[in-house]
Amino acid sequence: MKAPRITDSSLRDGSHPMRHRFTVDQVRRVAGALDEAGVPVIEVSHGDGLGGSSLQYGFSLVPEMELVSAAVEACARARIAVLLLPGVGTQTELREAVKRGAGVVRIATQCTEADVSEQHFNLAKELGLEAVGFLMMAHMRPPEILAEQAALMQRYGADCVYVVDSAGAMLPNDAAARVAALKAALTCEVGFHAHNNLGLAIGNSLAALEAGADQIDGCLRGLGAGSGNAPTELLAAVLDKLGLDSGLDVFKLCDAAEYVLAPMMPFQPIPNRDAISIGYAGVYSTFLLHARRAGERFGLDSREILVELGRRKAMAGQEDWILDVAQDLARAKAAASNQSPV
Amino acid sequence: MPAIKAAILGTGNIGSDLMFKLLRQPGPLTLALFAGIDPASDGLARARARGIPTSADGIAAVLADPDIRIVFDATSAKAHARHAPALAAAGRIAIDLTPAAYGPGVVPPVNLDANLAAPNLNLITCGGQATIPLVHAVSRVTPVRYAEIVSTIASRSAGPGTRQNIDEFTVTTARGLEQLGGARSGKAIIILNPAEPPIFMRNTVYVLPEGEFDEAGVTASIEAMVAEVAEYVPGYRLKGAPVFDSVSGADGRPARSITLLLEVEGAGDYLPAYAGRLDIMTASACRVGRTLARSLLQSPHLPAK
Repeated sequence: MKAPRITDSSLRDGSHPMRHRFTVDQVRRVAGALDEAGVPVIEVSHGDGLGGSSLQYGFSLVPEMELVSAAVEACARARIAVLLLPGVGTQTELREAVKRGAGVVRIATQCTEADVSEQHFNLAKELGLEAVGFLMMAHMRPPEILAEQAALMQRYGADCVYVVDSAGAMLPNDAAARVAALKAALTCEVGFHAHNNLGLAIGNSLAALEAGADQIDGCLRGLGAGSGNAPTELLAAVLDKLGLDSGLDVFKLCDAAEYVLAPMMPFQPIPNRDAISIGYAGVYSTFLLHARRAGERFGLDSREILVELGRRKAMAGQEDWILDVAQDLARAKAAASNQSPV
Repeated sequence: MPAIKAAILGTGNIGSDLMFKLLRQPGPLTLALFAGIDPASDGLARARARGIPTSADGIAAVLADPDIRIVFDATSAKAHARHAPALAAAGRIAIDLTPAAYGPGVVPPVNLDANLAAPNLNLITCGGQATIPLVHAVSRVTPVRYAEIVSTIASRSAGPGTRQNIDEFTVTTARGLEQLGGARSGKAIIILNPAEPPIFMRNTVYVLPEGEFDEAGVTASIEAMVAEVAEYVPGYRLKGAPVFDSVSGADGRPARSITLLLEVEGAGDYLPAYAGRLDIMTASACRVGRTLARSLLQSPHLPAK
């Protein structure tokens, strides 16, 4: 088994629990510490990718391009990646991020909709970027379907395609089967992005690695949507114990997690009641805070909202359905209490 | 009753649905030609079966009939870039359902009356047809600093044209929210949902007015607008009442927001009900065509043939 390449997404997936309020100074310090610890790729963007600053997902405190520039300036070795969701961000933002020094783009689609990414892969290649495909909500489709979608991204020019467990809903076997299917179908690299809603982020990442994954994502302290991601410092320690030379400095990452990132965090994501519901119901991890807010507003349990979103098969980015579901549940409740027998 | 002759260019899903809509309620328009470029296409066969004159000569067939005044173009942006100047030179009015945006963007209840003399009218995007009226309904009663829309469409209703040009959707729709919706700044997001059975088209419209506003006045204006659009798109409806909320704007300033949840169920003329996003395009095109035809019948000298 060879060591995977690690991409740290504290400054992108971590943007969700930070409510998209990272400052230039914070980004500079986190990126600098990651670079110092040997992390080769650092992702910086709004949590929902370039152009994600919106009422739907939350406005960025600082324009993300300034954060990209800050990260680029803070790093001596690491390359800066940006996330782009076609339908949210556009080629215009990608061009701007490249001007700011981004060298990698991760292009994310729903796991069934890879063919919306062709124009973005074309541009990425034209701009000389490393281009990574990101198949989100990958637990919703079986391995063979994912492999077909991944093959489309490879055809458009992807250097790597990720199986993305956006809902943190996979068990180790699910992760391994999907990564293995992509490895068998593709000649490019394969990656895995975990969420910890069922407490399996590290376990699933290891299963993916054993199935042949070339790239794995982490976030310091697991700072990411839902109950967060695989902690980068923990991945580094585990890879080291496996005898794999990932090039990461375990102690420096632990220090970065503890002393640089943790003091900035509004809370430590853990698999609590809501996060477990997300993994269990198989909904997008970023729904966590939005569902909690809707629950408070409509006098509902956020868990019922999350479970209903799962039943309706909400996909990545459908935060607006939370309001819709909450309204429906509140209406149904009001109707039921009016009709209750006296 | 006298009628204006019209042609449909493009025999795919959109052209076929449009044909069914025009036949169901002809009004001041007569469908005189259904033209494509593939003699073996299903669309041409469907039109022939209904007694509509057809041709596989594309735009040449349209130009060959001097009585055709209005041409619906349901081909592609690339094809329309060729069709538009040819139609204009021949004095025909083009109603463009492609993203070519050769002529002014038109949303019937917002600015159709102001563009009746234009030789080429573009229908923007499906998301724009669905959401711009609602943003306009707010901006006509209180200034709007920001409008954002999220269109969620069934995967099955998104063909290769949409998929290969998804940026054009977001950019064109956002521009429409500004120029026609009246928002100082606009943003559009599109999400494809692969659920089976396919979902109806869903749109969420967020509006941030400049400052304080009269909620009752805004609600009344929105309700009037929904009724107006529903006249030509029967499946157009709000889910629930407008939601007013306190948020912080892009600049961090606190603001009152308006959130509207809109559903568009297709009429099922030719396309299935889940294709509400295409239905709203063909329904808007019909509305534009009929309004133009009535205006031509009233002032037959315009435009010069």
